[in-house]
Formats: sequence, C-alpha cells, structure tokens
Amino acid sequence: MIWNEARECMSRDEMANMQGARLKKLVANVYHNVEFYRKKMQAMGLEPGDIKGIEDITKLPFTTKNDLRDNYPFGLLAVPNSQIVRVHASSGTTGKATVVAYTRRDIEAWQECVARDLVMCGITKEDMIQVAYGYGLFTGGLGLHYGAENLGCMTVPMSTGNTKRLVTMMEDFGVTAIACTPSYLLHIAEVIEEMGVKDRLKLKTAICGAEPWTEKMRLQIEEKLGINAHDIYGLSEVCGPGVACDCGFHKGLHVQEDHFYAEIVNKETLDPMADGEVGELVFTTLTKEGLPLLRYRTKDLTSIDHSPCECGRTTPRISKFKGRSDDMLIIRGVNVFPSQVETALLEIEGVSPHYLMIVDRVNNLDTLEVQVEVDESLFSDEIKEMENLTKKISAALQSALLIAVKVKLVEPRTLERFEGKSKHVIDKRVLVD
Amino acid sequence: MYLKQLIVFLENREGRLDNITDILAKNDINIVCLSLADTSEYGVIRMIVSDPEKAKEVLKAEGCSARLNDVLAINMEQKAGSLNKLTKTMTKANINIEYMYTLNSSKNAGSMVLKCSDIEKGYAAAKEAGFDLVDPDTAYNM
Ligand SMILES: [Zn+2]
Repeated sequence: MIWNEARECMSRDEMANMQGARLKKLVANVYHNVEFYRKKMQAMGLEPGDIKGIEDITKLPFTTKNDLRDNYPFGLLAVPNSQIVRVHASSGTTGKATVVAYTRRDIEAWQECVARDLVMCGITKEDMIQVAYGYGLFTGGLGLHYGAENLGCMTVPMSTGNTKRLVTMMEDFGVTAIACTPSYLLHIAEVIEEMGVKDRLKLKTAICGAEPWTEKMRLQIEEKLGINAHDIYGLSEVCGPGVACDCGFHKGLHVQEDHFYAEIVNKETLDPMADGEVGELVFTTLTKEGLPLLRYRTKDLTSIDHSPCECGRTTPRISKFKGRSDDMLIIRGVNVFPSQVETALLEIEGVSPHYLMIVDRVNNLDTLEVQVEVDESLFSDEIKEMENLTKKISAALQSALLIAVKVKLVEPRTLERFEGKSKHVIDKRVLVD
Repeated sequence: MYLKQLIVFLENREGRLDNITDILAKNDINIVCLSLADTSEYGVIRMIVSDPEKAKEVLKAEGCSARLNDVLAINMEQKAGSLNKLTKTMTKANINIEYMYTLNSSKNAGSMVLKCSDIEKGYAAAKEAGFDLVDPDTAYNM
C-alpha cells in the first residue's frame, strides 16, 4: 500500500519540476519575509530571480543550528505569529532551546508525511497504535499522534513512563502497532517477557526513531517481539518525525522530498556529493510556511540513493546514519551537547568544569552519568552537605538537559586518566553492527 | 581553643585510603585519630594529625582534595553517663552535634572530637557546663 502514490511514485523529472517550482516560491518568500535570509542572499549577490530550478539550490546559503539560536525564539519566522498554530522546542547547545513553529498548513503537511510513513510500514486505518514518545515540546509524541489520526488509526496517546500499564493496555485493547524510541521498545519487550503476555498480544508493527540504532538492533527487536520494525527519521528544525522512513525492503529511508529536499554535502568543503558517498545531510523545506529553512545542515552523516526502490516508490533513500559531524549525543531521544553540561556546571558556584559524561544502555534504556571532580573548596566534612551538593548538581543538569542525570562526585584529577583534554564523553552504548 | 581537623574527600574504591595514609607516612605525619563517613560512592575522612597545616599542603600537592576546619575537643570522664552529660548540655543550648568521634581513650580518661552546628555556642556551652577542653597542641601530640 502507498498512501500518496501521485507523490511517492512520481517520475524523477516530474518531481524535479515540482521541486523547482516550490523552491522558486520558497526563495522569494524568505527573501521578502525573513530578514536573515535577505541579508545573506544580498551579501552573496543573489536575488530570487537567480533561482530558476531545483538545480540552482547549490547557489543558496546554508542554515545552521546556530542561526536558529541566534534568532531565538521567533526571528526566522516568515509569517506573523497570528498565523502560527503550534510551537515545539528542543534543547539547545547553550541552554537556550531551539524553537520551531508551524502554520496550520505546516501541520497538515507533517501529518501527511507521517501518514505516508505509517503506510510504508504496513499500517492501515484498521490498526490501533500506541504512541509512546514523549508528548509536549518534543516533536515525537504529537508528530506521530496526528499522523496516525490522519491515517485513521485508533490512536492511543501513551506517552512515556508507565511501561506495565502500556503493556496491559496493549494486551487488553489488542494494540497492533507502536511508535517509540528503539531503546524504549527493547525495554518494553523485556517487560512483556516478565509479564508473560507475549502470546496474547496482537502487536505486529513498530515505528521507531528519535535516536540512532543499528540494523542489528532492528532485527533483534523483530525477533524478540515477532513483529516488523521500521526506522522513522526527522528533526524538529525541519519538521519532526516523518521526514524519512524505511519501507518493508529496509534499503534506506525514503525521504518525503516533495516537502523536504535532501542534499549530501562534503562536511568540510560543503560541496555536493554523489549518490552513495557519505557526507552531511542537508535539508531545504520546500513547503514550510512558518519556519522555512534553506539548506539546513543536520550534522547527520549519511549517503543518498536516487534509484527507484523495489517497493515502487521513486523517492530517494538515505542510508542509516553513520554518525554526527559534531559532538551531539542523542540520549533517550533527546539531543544533548557536552557544552550544555559544562555551562550548567559553571553556573553552580564552586563546581569545577572538569566533568565526564558516561552514556550507557542499562536494560535497554539510555542512562547518563556525569562525573564531577570535587575540589577542596566544594566538599564538606558532613555527608548531608555532600548529598545536597549532589542533588543540586543533578537538578541543574536535569533542567538543562531535560533528561535524568546521575551525578557522581570523584576526586580531583581522576578524570584525566581518560586521555586528552577534550575527552568529555564516554559512550558505552554499542551501536556498531 | 579550637582544634584543626583535616578533612579529605575520597572515592569509595580500592586503594584510595591507602594513598592518603601513604602520603602522610612519607611526610612523617602522625594520625592521632580518624573517623570515616562514607556512602557507596565516596567518603570523607576526618582526622586529627600531628601537623594539620603541613598535612593539608602535602596532600594538596599530591592532588588530593584536602582542607582544614575547626572542631572542639573535650576531655571526658571515663565513667557511665559522661557522654550523656555532654549531649544534654548541647541539646539544652540548642546546638546540634553534626558528628563526634573518639580522640583518645584510656582506662582513666577519654576525649572526644565534636563538630557542632555552631562552634562558638558549642564552646561556650561546654565551658559553662564545666567541661575541660583539650588544648590543640596536646591533641596534635597525643
Ligand atoms: Zn521502498
């Protein structure tokens, strides 16, 4: 089944024409309505008329996460606030959130993309889906939710947290599909095993995303639960989950490129790269009204394949991610930068900026421990004071990172045993196939 | 009038305590007495040593988290009820004893190290109740 055959199976020529027309409109729009882009284009001696087709996209300036931060919160919007119907936010590198905004049509396009992806995973309106991403500022919960409603699924907004209740409902309701992070699904699988209800479940499909996972982990999930597991990709700056998803052939994730034009560029020179070459993934939001972005650098490293897929779709496929070109970590689906930890620690009086982040996966759930060196000005001869200090640091980190953090106090200089000054992260999660 | 107590932060893992005693031994510093407060991950060692300033300096030079703070040391009679008399004195004066440990104990007499919520008030209350406070130099050379 294909949700929107006209778009998803369009010939390459037709698609290029449509993208060209949309790009021209987009460039004219940002030139006239977003000062940031007008200035950038003027500095490059570029006018909207210079963009005649999709092939001219390489003339356009790039956009980075820093640009979003510098224009916090609404500086890059192309429409007045009165036309915005929803806002989402993700944590930023320096404590300030990255804010994204949607018009009603943006939300509709997002729902359309998610519906296409769900159908790509074999889900139909007959399915009942539990959405077990966090609901709120994070795009995961609401993004999947409205996509599933758009398709017509019976949608259960579980959010995250009470896994036993989730499994109980899965059994009682006869849930057939679930959307959540892959690590959370592995945790759910364990709870299912503990509760001994596996044989009574009707679950057959999982749509997982918001954190990097390997093909091996996908197969492990499929085997453990006896289901099909699919990879859905997205990032809030561009839209949210739904930008790309893998079909039943699992040969890369189909990009919804009538809405999001994907390029792969060399991460140093920013030159375009050919199909199959690994580089940084860059998106241009062809149809976005609220927060349109030209050539947004995702920092995700991958390659692209424009050849038609066995499933019949002609949309290009990006391969599973090969890594990041910056130091961002994804922990429990949340973007975390080491610099956030540093900033938060420096704000606590007396705390040294010497820290080490240890990311691990315990019982299939990501954990973050932050080790902080304790110097003589900081520690107390009373344990209750030490416990207060630990709580204070942990609360500060939690509010900066938006995830639970275990703080461990260590002796001074002990962190140096991890070679190199800039070594602030140890990621013990095994993500290699 | 107050005693300088040496406090050191330690991770709760093998060899850390040994490292501290090693540094002190090498520098000819005697540990008169000590008390260790620990959690599963870390501990704080509190000590009365023969030369507090020097001990702090040598430990810091070796990269340890060490500093000094003030505590009271009180001579106690070696008989039933003497500790109770001390705790009652502090309670009556609204002073919280954060922790205490033995400085010295023999057949005829003893002495305790005391950390009070307010050291000045603690000192005054002990004096008023007729307790004999240990002279710092005497304590360091026990
Ligand atoms: Zn396909």
